[in-house]
Amino acid sequence: MPSALSVSGLRKAYGSVQALRGVDLEIGAGELFGLLGPNGAGKSTLVKIACGLVRPSGGAVTICGHPAGSPSAQAALGYLAELFRFPDWCTADELLGLHQALTGSAGGRAERAELLDLVELGHVPDRRVGAMSKGMQQRLGLAQALIGDPRMLLLDEPTSALDPSGRRTVRALLERLRDRGVSVLLNSHLLSEVELVCDRVAIIDGGAVVAAGTPAELSRPGGVEIETGTGWRTIPEATREDVPQIVRELVAAGEDVFSVRVRTSTLEDAYLEAVGRVPAEAVA
Amino acid sequence: MSAPAVQPPSGLRAALIIARFSLRESLRRRVFVVIGLLTLVFLSLYGLATWQAFEAADEFGPQEAGVEADIVIGATLAGLAMFAILFLGAILAVFLTLGAVRGDAERGLLQPLLVRPLPRRTLLLGRWLGATSVCAPYVVLVALASFALTSALGDWWPDRTVAPLLSLALGVAIIAALSLAGSIVLSSTANGIAVFMLFGAGLTAGLLGQIGEGINSDSLQTVSSIATWTLPFEALYQAGLADLTADTVGFTRLAINLGPFGGAQSAGADLWLFSLAYLVAVGVAAVVAFNRRDL
Repeated sequence: MPSALSVSGLRKAYGSVQALRGVDLEIGAGELFGLLGPNGAGKSTLVKIACGLVRPSGGAVTICGHPAGSPSAQAALGYLAELFRFPDWCTADELLGLHQALTGSAGGRAERAELLDLVELGHVPDRRVGAMSKGMQQRLGLAQALIGDPRMLLLDEPTSALDPSGRRTVRALLERLRDRGVSVLLNSHLLSEVELVCDRVAIIDGGAVVAAGTPAELSRPGGVEIETGTGWRTIPEATREDVPQIVRELVAAGEDVFSVRVRTSTLEDAYLEAVGRVPAEAVA
Repeated sequence: MSAPAVQPPSGLRAALIIARFSLRESLRRRVFVVIGLLTLVFLSLYGLATWQAFEAADEFGPQEAGVEADIVIGATLAGLAMFAILFLGAILAVFLTLGAVRGDAERGLLQPLLVRPLPRRTLLLGRWLGATSVCAPYVVLVALASFALTSALGDWWPDRTVAPLLSLALGVAIIAALSLAGSIVLSSTANGIAVFMLFGAGLTAGLLGQIGEGINSDSLQTVSSIATWTLPFEALYQAGLADLTADTVGFTRLAINLGPFGGAQSAGADLWLFSLAYLVAVGVAAVVAFNRRDL
């Protein structure tokens, strides 16, 4: 079975500016993949090439085994752009109807109603896009991306306009999609969100992948903190496995141990390290 | 969620979906209401002018020096109406297409559509069909209405009816194609300006030809001829104008040629074939440019 998204040696130059310098990525079926990187790192360019909106300068991208931009690849794809707009005169139901017609989905009214319910817009199918808040439009964008049951979903900052409750809804939706075997590429600046839902993460900087792995693989041990009768003390080089021995030694030395914290770096720390900015705490 | 059956539409069907959506947008934005009201104003003014002109002609008697005044007045008014209608049709064609690609892409409207299994050429075809299906019937209906008014108020009807109407329709279809092609590389404002300047250049070329004929200047007529064929909507307009009085001869013909008909040139089937080939060439160039464009 081909990868949901396969990127190999992908390059893109805009004149003398190298936006992508040979990126390799593989996303399997049902995998939730996070794409991180600072502004201008090349994330959106990568997503646009996968969607067939931008032509690569070199390398190859396939969606479910089909070359990116081909009708077969587009048929397997759902996409929500970072900066998108829908015609303000049409209603949510009409917009989904248009995308159903262009995709060739036979889902009809039932599919539209189901998708609107899924993004909590089921109560406003006849509301004009122009009368919706930015958050509602973003949720409508998600519903639009899910038309025709895509196998690969490319989401560029899908929660940027959502409130915490809306974000939770989207997180739950993404997990549900993963359970159904849908692959998701999530391009986001919200590291905590990516850490919460993504199976694997790649960090792009300067047009190249500078780190990749599961969130756990990217995080590193940050020492052990122990609260004793004299207060907190930190043992930076210690790991989780060292905790029983440390506690035994402290108790043997007559100290009271009240609590122990095993510290690991967060995805944010890993991200800042990967893109060449030292985590603030480390500086302090 | 249940997975629905998916069968992407054929190219033509997808183009018709886009065209229908564009038409629905025009309806919803009340474009047709505005057009209808302004057209009523235009036809009212045209009717008033026609009535006054024929009233004045009646005071001169039936014939002056072998010139049939009713024919001269009727043809001149219908010719002027054709000019105005071509202009109105051009405005419609340009405003329905001027931001179709770059403008829509900059606003983020285009990307969600192009991620569907929708080839870019199909999107262009759909947008062109959407615009042409508004402006071509519009110029045909308004021209027919102006002919009917001329007939009712002055008892004059063009010598040919279908050919002038088709020449107007094909003329605005070409303007829509040029505007759509321009929208790929130019911003909406720049494209609108460029297409109207092309439209003006075409009309100026026709005027140059008329002056060249009047002062017997071969070079002016050659420049006019080249410019007219480079922008065939002008050649089509002139051919349509010539068809209005195709069977009129003698002094009446001479009198008619003193008016806007001086530039009228009957071009025959070659012009139609050339115009269709021109339309296809503009379409192919637009598709090539669009396929090379990053969005």
